[in-house]
Amino acid sequence: MREKKFTTGLTINRSMEYLISAGCICAVSGICFLLSGYIGPEGSAFILLLVLSLIAMFFDILPVLLAATLSALIWDYFFLLPRFNFRVGNTEDKIMLSMYFLIALINAVLTTKIRQIEKLARQKEERLETVRLYNTLLNSLSHEFRTPLSTIIAASDNLMMVPSHLNEEMKGSLVTEISIASLRLNRQVENLLNMSRLESGFLEIKKNWCNLTELVESVFLRVQESAKNHHLESKIPDNFPLFNLDYGLMEQVLYNLSHNVSQYTPENSTVLISASTDGSSLHLLVEDDGPGFPEEEIPFVFDKFYRLKHSKSGGTGLGLSIVKGFIHAHRGQIELENRKEGGARFRIKIPSEQLYTTLDEKHEQRNSGH
Amino acid sequence: MNNEILVIDDELQIRKLLQITLESHGYNILQAATAKEGLVLASQKNPDLILLDLGLPDQNGHLTLRNLREWSSTPLIILSVQDKEEDIIRALDNGANDYLVKPFRTGELLARIRTALRDVNREENNQVVSYKDFELDLGSQILKVNGNLVPLTQTQYALLVLFTRYEGRVMTHQFILREIWGDQFLDQLQYLRVFVAQLRKKIHQDKPGTTHISTVSGIGYRFVGQE
Repeated sequence: MREKKFTTGLTINRSMEYLISAGCICAVSGICFLLSGYIGPEGSAFILLLVLSLIAMFFDILPVLLAATLSALIWDYFFLLPRFNFRVGNTEDKIMLSMYFLIALINAVLTTKIRQIEKLARQKEERLETVRLYNTLLNSLSHEFRTPLSTIIAASDNLMMVPSHLNEEMKGSLVTEISIASLRLNRQVENLLNMSRLESGFLEIKKNWCNLTELVESVFLRVQESAKNHHLESKIPDNFPLFNLDYGLMEQVLYNLSHNVSQYTPENSTVLISASTDGSSLHLLVEDDGPGFPEEEIPFVFDKFYRLKHSKSGGTGLGLSIVKGFIHAHRGQIELENRKEGGARFRIKIPSEQLYTTLDEKHEQRNSGH
Repeated sequence: MNNEILVIDDELQIRKLLQITLESHGYNILQAATAKEGLVLASQKNPDLILLDLGLPDQNGHLTLRNLREWSSTPLIILSVQDKEEDIIRALDNGANDYLVKPFRTGELLARIRTALRDVNREENNQVVSYKDFELDLGSQILKVNGNLVPLTQTQYALLVLFTRYEGRVMTHQFILREIWGDQFLDQLQYLRVFVAQLRKKIHQDKPGTTHISTVSGIGYRFVGQE
């Protein structure tokens, strides 16, 4: 069904438009009819025309035409003398009726035209915005892909050269560069794939019971490689309940956040992931003791392709927007703030069912072995 | 004698790379670019292990795997660019021993190959399964961690035995739930989460970073013994 957006954000479909416009005309006619002791047929005509103009501002041309015809008929039947029939007495009234109908028509056509022009302008603006996003994407991607690719090509060229002018140590470090570059490429591809899953709307979230301790452990295991010089810490209460979440998505969320910390804080900084619950939601904090974010840029950090103004080169500006996308897919929220004691703090809140594990060991029979 | 590994992959580059990697680690290599070739080689040469790509030009890899499993129990590791959980679970359920997503790390591949080969050579009548920091006596059903006796409940014991029996292999949640709790518990992942948490606590005695039971996101668990 064709749908269209009200400026208020309300969505109304076509048949509703017909109903509402006819309803408005009838209701206003009713009011005019009750007041017909005070206002003449001309007054009612003006009031009806006003309502018609209002309808034309919001609805399509067909519902407006319906309203125009309906109001002309009502006006003729209930207000124009002689009342309660469709006969028109004298020439002046005939002219008035046709003028009424004509004005109503012009009204409908003109407003529709204006709306079409507006729509075109909006589409043009949207196209420009798409082009801008596309350019940003191309720029950051060509940088993010070409840098590691250049490394790989140059390093392997060097290694292949005959006769070789490299000693073992040089060879070793070239190979290390190739390895780092390809891991970086791989991470970017993963980010792009995640982003396109989010954008295409095909992101399926598969919830099941997750143990947070287990989740954080596997995140730390993955992030260790890029965070060799950082301290990874977690604080999860004993007997913390299980939460109903998508394990894979949440792992990516915490990985992206901790990887970010490892990239943008000095060596020996600490990543701390802590969890708590208020009974209906899971609260996660991802904190570091690095330099924090510039306050004026905090509102934009989750935007797609946004990069901090003075950040070191590298990165596509996708990581945090993927984080936000995955959290929103869980109907949760994420906020960023700077800590008073220095460093950044991401606050995540996700509504989730939780399960306290009543499977107490004491209820289970001891193993017969001892 | 060197173990022989059959590589079924349509990408020449990947086959070359695997050949160099594996031959330099003392394995002999057989190569096939299509499912048909692969099946023929597998039946004629009877390799010790098969590396199978899922995206073959002449046949869906899942089908190739099922065909193979009809007559062969040769250890088989899937190498694929498909990282969707459904694909991985399907391959494991169809009898693959392991699943590696491309791009993979060479160290990881070698470790998985060693594990898969060890499965074949394992002596089944082992009474005591022992690792660096714990040992499990299957006869008397006793677990000792760093020499200290640690009591286990029956379910914990059954789970640990299952883990050690399939050491190094990915076990899907469903597989474990079926083996330990039975068919009617297949969607009760919460049981598994709880018991794995308890078991980890007992084996590791709260020492982080030494995890024997590693989580395979969205798929299941893998018990890592020595490495």
